[in-house]
This record gives sequence, C-alpha cells and structure tokens, in this order.
Amino acid sequence: MDTLHSVRARGITKCFGDVVALDGIDLDVPQGQIHGLVGPNGAGKTTLLGLLLGLAVADSGSLEILGTPVRRALAAPDGVAGFVDGPGLYPSLTARQNLAALSVLRGGDARTAGIDEVLDQVGLTDVADDRTRGYSLGMRQRLGLAAALLTKPRLLVLDEPSNGLDPAGRRHVHGVLNQLAAGGTSVVLSSHRMDDLEALCSEVTILATGRVVFSGPPGKLAAENRELDYRLLTSDARAAREEAADTAGIRVVDGVGPRYGAEVLVVRALVPALDELVVRLVHAGVAVRELTPVVSPLAAAFLALTEQPGEQPEQSEQSEQPTRQSTEQEEDGR
Amino acid sequence: MTTTVAADHTTVARRVSVPRGYRFELVKLVSQGRIRLLVLAYWIAPGLFVAAVSRQSTLPSDTLFGRWMHATGWAGPLVILGFAGTWALPLLTSVVAGDVFASEDRLGTWRHLLVAVRSPRRIFVAKALASLSVILLLVAGLACSSAVGGVLAVGDHPLVGLDGRLLAPSDAAGRVFLAWVCVLAPTLALAAIGLLGSVALGRSPMGLLLPAFLALAMQVAQMLPLPVAVRLALPGYAFIAWHGLFTSPAQVGPLVIGIVVSLVWAVLATVLACLLFLRRDFTNPTADGPARRALTTGLLPPAGLLVLTVTVLTVAVPSVGSGIRQDKVQRSVATAFAHLYRLQTRQLDRPDVTEARLRASAACDKGAGQVTPEGPGNDWRCVVSWHLPDVEATGTAVYQLDVTSDGRFVADGDGPKEVNGYFLVRTPVGDAPNPLWQFDGDVELLSTAPKG
Repeated sequence: MDTLHSVRARGITKCFGDVVALDGIDLDVPQGQIHGLVGPNGAGKTTLLGLLLGLAVADSGSLEILGTPVRRALAAPDGVAGFVDGPGLYPSLTARQNLAALSVLRGGDARTAGIDEVLDQVGLTDVADDRTRGYSLGMRQRLGLAAALLTKPRLLVLDEPSNGLDPAGRRHVHGVLNQLAAGGTSVVLSSHRMDDLEALCSEVTILATGRVVFSGPPGKLAAENRELDYRLLTSDARAAREEAADTAGIRVVDGVGPRYGAEVLVVRALVPALDELVVRLVHAGVAVRELTPVVSPLAAAFLALTEQPGEQPEQSEQSEQPTRQSTEQEEDGR
Repeated sequence: MTTTVAADHTTVARRVSVPRGYRFELVKLVSQGRIRLLVLAYWIAPGLFVAAVSRQSTLPSDTLFGRWMHATGWAGPLVILGFAGTWALPLLTSVVAGDVFASEDRLGTWRHLLVAVRSPRRIFVAKALASLSVILLLVAGLACSSAVGGVLAVGDHPLVGLDGRLLAPSDAAGRVFLAWVCVLAPTLALAAIGLLGSVALGRSPMGLLLPAFLALAMQVAQMLPLPVAVRLALPGYAFIAWHGLFTSPAQVGPLVIGIVVSLVWAVLATVLACLLFLRRDFTNPTADGPARRALTTGLLPPAGLLVLTVTVLTVAVPSVGSGIRQDKVQRSVATAFAHLYRLQTRQLDRPDVTEARLRASAACDKGAGQVTPEGPGNDWRCVVSWHLPDVEATGTAVYQLDVTSDGRFVADGDGPKEVNGYFLVRTPVGDAPNPLWQFDGDVELLSTAPKG
C-alpha cells in the first residue's frame, strides 16, 4: 500500500566550510505525522529544518517536499510554514499587527485571514492587542505557531516550539499540533524535551554529528534498547522487593537516595522481564500504583546513541505520563 | 512502498512582490517609537524654532541667513537647512537607513523574513525604498515646517541673497524649495552609506553610526584648507553648494558637481550594500556575517571612488588650490555692498541709485599685506569705494572679512559710522537694522574669471 510522504530526503549532505552539518541524511515524514528531531547541540537539527523551510539547499542528495523536488534555496513549495531559531516577531507591533502584516505580505487580506481564529487556537486572544515586546518566550513561541497556522500549512516545521512554555501552554500547543496532524498536516519539530517528543511524535529521528543514529517510533527504542531503570510504587514495598529479587532479569537498584521515599523501588530490567514482574506482583496481590521509567526510553536512547553520559536531556512531568504497563495494571487491579 | 504527497495543488511558493514587501517594511518602520518621535519632531520642532527665533531681538547671525530671520519668513528654512546638513540629516539617515538591516539581526528575524518573502533581492529593494520614503518624509517635514513657521511668524517678504540682491518673495520661495531639493542628493548618499553600514556591520553600533561619523568627518574636512577638487569630491559638498543658488548669477557649477558626486556615491554604496546582502549566507551558523568582507567590498570601492573623483575634478575644474583668490573676494564684496547700499538708500528714503551708477569696487588684502592674498582666514580687510551721481567725492568704507574655506564670508563693517559702523540706521519711521553693518557673502570657488 502506498504511503503519502510530505518529506522525502535521501542522502542529504550540507557543509558550512569545513564543518559537515548534515552527512547523508535520509528522512521520510508521512502525511499527517508528527515527526520529532532530537540530537545534541550542533547535531544538525536546525540545519535540517532550514532545508525543509527552503532557507538553504543541500550540497548533495535529493529532497522532495509535498511532492516537489527542492533544488535551490528559497524554493520550498506552497504549504510549508514554520520557524527555526525562534519565531520572527517584531516587538513594536502587537500580536494582531504582526499577524496582519504577515498576512498582507503574503498577499492576503488581514480582515479575512483568520487572525482571530489562530490567536484563539494558540490561546493568545486576551493579549492580542499587546505589543509583543512584553511577551514571554512561551507567548512568543505560541505567536510564532499562530503565524505559521495563518498559512494553513500542509507541512509545519518547528524548531523547539515548547521552549519557554508553561505546562498549560505546552498542553495547548500539543493540542493544536495533534489537531493539525489529524487534519493531514505533517509536523516536523525539534526539541530537547523528551517528554514532548514522546507525547507528540509517532516517529523520531535522532541525529548525532550530522548523521541519523535512529529513526522510527519512540516505542521501538524501548524494545531495541538496553536495560532501563524504572520507578515502582506499590501497595507493599517489601513484598514488591521480594518479588523483584525472585524475577529473572530484574535487578533492584539500591542506593538511589532519599528523593523517592522508602516505599518506592527502583528496578533495572528489559521490558519482557518487567512484564513478568508485573504479572507476579498481581498474583501476589500487590497493587501497582506507578511504574515509570526513571529516564524515558527516548532519553536513554538519546544518551546512549549520542554518547553523552554526562548530560541529561530535559525531562519533566514524568508522573503525568504513566507507561502502558502501569495503566494496564491499574485497570487490571480494578 | 512509499510515494511523496501528490503535487497536484503544490507549486513552488511565489515570491512576495516588492510593493507588498515595501508596505511590510513601512509598517515595521513606522511602528517604531523612535521613528514616530523623529517624524513628530521633524514636522513640528523646526516651525516652532523658526517662529520663536524670528521674534527675538538677538538673531543667529553666525548662521547663514540667520541675520535676516526678522525680515522674512524665507530665511528660517535656510537656517534650518544649514543646521540640517550638519546634524539633522546625518542623524536621521543613521537612525533610519543605518538600522534598517541591522534591526533584523538584532531581532533574529532574518530567517523568518526570508521564508516569508523568498527573495533576498526583493527584501533589499523593499527595505531600501521604505527607508528612503521615511527619510524623504522627514526631510519634507524639516522644509515645510520651517517654511510655514517662518512665513506665519514673520511674513512672506523679500529675502536678501548672498550677493546682497533682494529676492522677491516668490523668487525666494522657489530658491528655498530648490535648495532643499538639492540637499536630497547628499542625503541619499548618506542614506546609501547607512544601508551599506547596516548590511556590512550588522548589529554593531558602528553600522548605525556610520552616516553620522562620515558626515562629521566631511564637516571637519570642509573646514580644512583643502584643494577645491578634494572639497568637491566629498559626497557631502552639496550640503554647502546650495549657497550658490542665492547669488546672481547662481553658482550652478559647484552645485551640479556636488549633486552628481553625491548621486554617484549613493548608487555605489547602494550597489555595494546590495551585493554584500545577496552574498550573505543566512543559514550558516558559523558565519560571522559579512563583517570580514566589509573591508574589501564595503570600504575599498568608496575609497577608489574618492580617488577617482578627486583625479577627475583636478583635471576638469579650472580652480586650483583653495579657490579663494583676491579678485574673487573683491568682486563678491563689491557686488554685495552695491546691492545692500541700494537697500540702505531705500531704508533712509533717499533717491534710488542703481548698482551700475554706484560703480562700487573693493580693494582687499590679507594679513595686512604681509601674506599672499588668497585662501581662507579672518585677516582679510577690504576697502570698498563707490560713487554717487552728482557727487565729486568717492565714498569709502572698510570691512574686516572672515572667509571660511568653503568660500563663505562674513563682512564686518569698520566704518564710517554713518555707512557701516553701527548696527542701526535712523530711518524716517525709526531705527532699523543696518544692512551694511554686517553681511554674508559667498566666493565662487570654481570661478573662471582671470586673476586680477
């Protein structure tokens, strides 16, 4: 069966002088997919996003966007929108004026461009007539997204769209992106926030020093990956520890410090062994209240694949995203 | 199997047209507080200044036409024009053109703008046109405001020219208008240099200040005893050459040369700015902007143009040295004196006498005859002689002259008291300013008249 792709890149290479920013990159983004780009600073994410926006052209390789081969700079097809290196906003204009000026620039009519609608979509209606000089980073990000939405894009390219967003703002933006994807718009975004990428993206591409080191669904990382540490909160910590010790492939990690509390157990395991532990706990009558990776599979893979043992990617609100196992266990427990 | 999204409705996005880009740039410029403040100031302050100063007893007589501000409303816009060429126009070109590209660097909006417009060339054209429009609006404000302020405060009266001749109000108005139009050329040159600085130096403050620094440097250069050819080759010479419009016949030569040189500078700087801008790589994270190329691309061609212009003018123009010679000074002083003598005669209600019958002449020396009588200096001394019909004796009056290196001079009357020794004359209707006490004049640096 055919899969429609909004982006199809093969062997993309881009150099800046002696610096190889992208080295033979392949990238496929199906229509309606939210695709994440992750990698350490200098991995080539922004360069790749710039190519998708048409800001530059690859030195070698082929790039098709929305079915159109892109062979020269600033020749991206109609329907591509987004931003790299932050949204381009003019601080002396209000949010509404910024959008109106952009709309007129693109040949539209500011009155019928749907400015109010996109402002409402990103939750900026209340501050639409304030100059953007006073906007927080999160508000600027949301306005940048609104500017992109004005064009009714079929491919949305976003560089760190969650920077500076508070939890409510992040949820708002996630809602907008999911809605767009459901409507058939493809979204390519870069982020250092693993929780964002895991929550949003059906596929991620991990870049390191200009090369793709992983591409696929985030879930695949857990299966492919080595052992992970999981935080286990049960109704009976002592029984849980005994069950864990008796389960093949499970190691209890001691000395994790007081931050988790005495009732929390940290175990190290592959997913199959973890499944076995959950079954054993249920049979032993121990309720599983929470089972969460200490570091998400994506974050762990990021650290492993990009060989950055000393760095921790941003990860927050882990407790808001219980794993599939814990959710299922709670349902079973009822 | 995979396919890319069908390209049925997908076309390469069209570039934004220049008019739409121009409008976008104008919106951005006009939304800036400092631009609004400048527009307000340039359209209101000159009028208020001229109206207020014209009604004071002490006039800015050290400024060209300042001593006539009480007599006619057309002196005010010329005083403002002299000030504008020194400070206001370089400042406005700095603030507007010097920042129009640098502001995008500062705000980090280049990539956004490129994605939206999709043509660096059109971005450049739109930005250049928008900054030019704002600059023209501001220059128009200076001119209109000062003219309206002067005419409302003092009235639409004749203006005394730099050769002492009385210009009818309509003639004066036309020349004032022409003078303001002429200074648009050096303003354009400064604006283009501002664009070049803005593109070449990015967010560096030097980019913003380049026109102001250049204007200051040119002012200093004009004060030095430079050869005429070098003086004329500077892009700001038309800020001075408009003085020639207020003599009879008008000193058109230096003015035309000044305008042409300014326009050549404007074109060169704009082309260089455009080339630098088009060569800039906005995607290269390691690029440090075109600053390193600024020395070769941005500095060497203007330096080459200056050398070329000086060479061409040295060969083409008839004057050598400072252009200020004894015969020219004598002719200018005598001509101005004759015209102003008629003016004084009318004030005193005496029978009119024509300049031809006065047969005024001047004998000037410099440094009490101890130095060669040429070049600028405040040690010029002239004895003016004239004849009255049916009077045997020849009238004489003495003037001390301060001649500046741009050819302008101030003649300060040194007696006799009844002619030029006192600042007031007693007229039938009361005391009035004595036009022969002090007057401004202009020596044409390019005069082809033989040495006398």
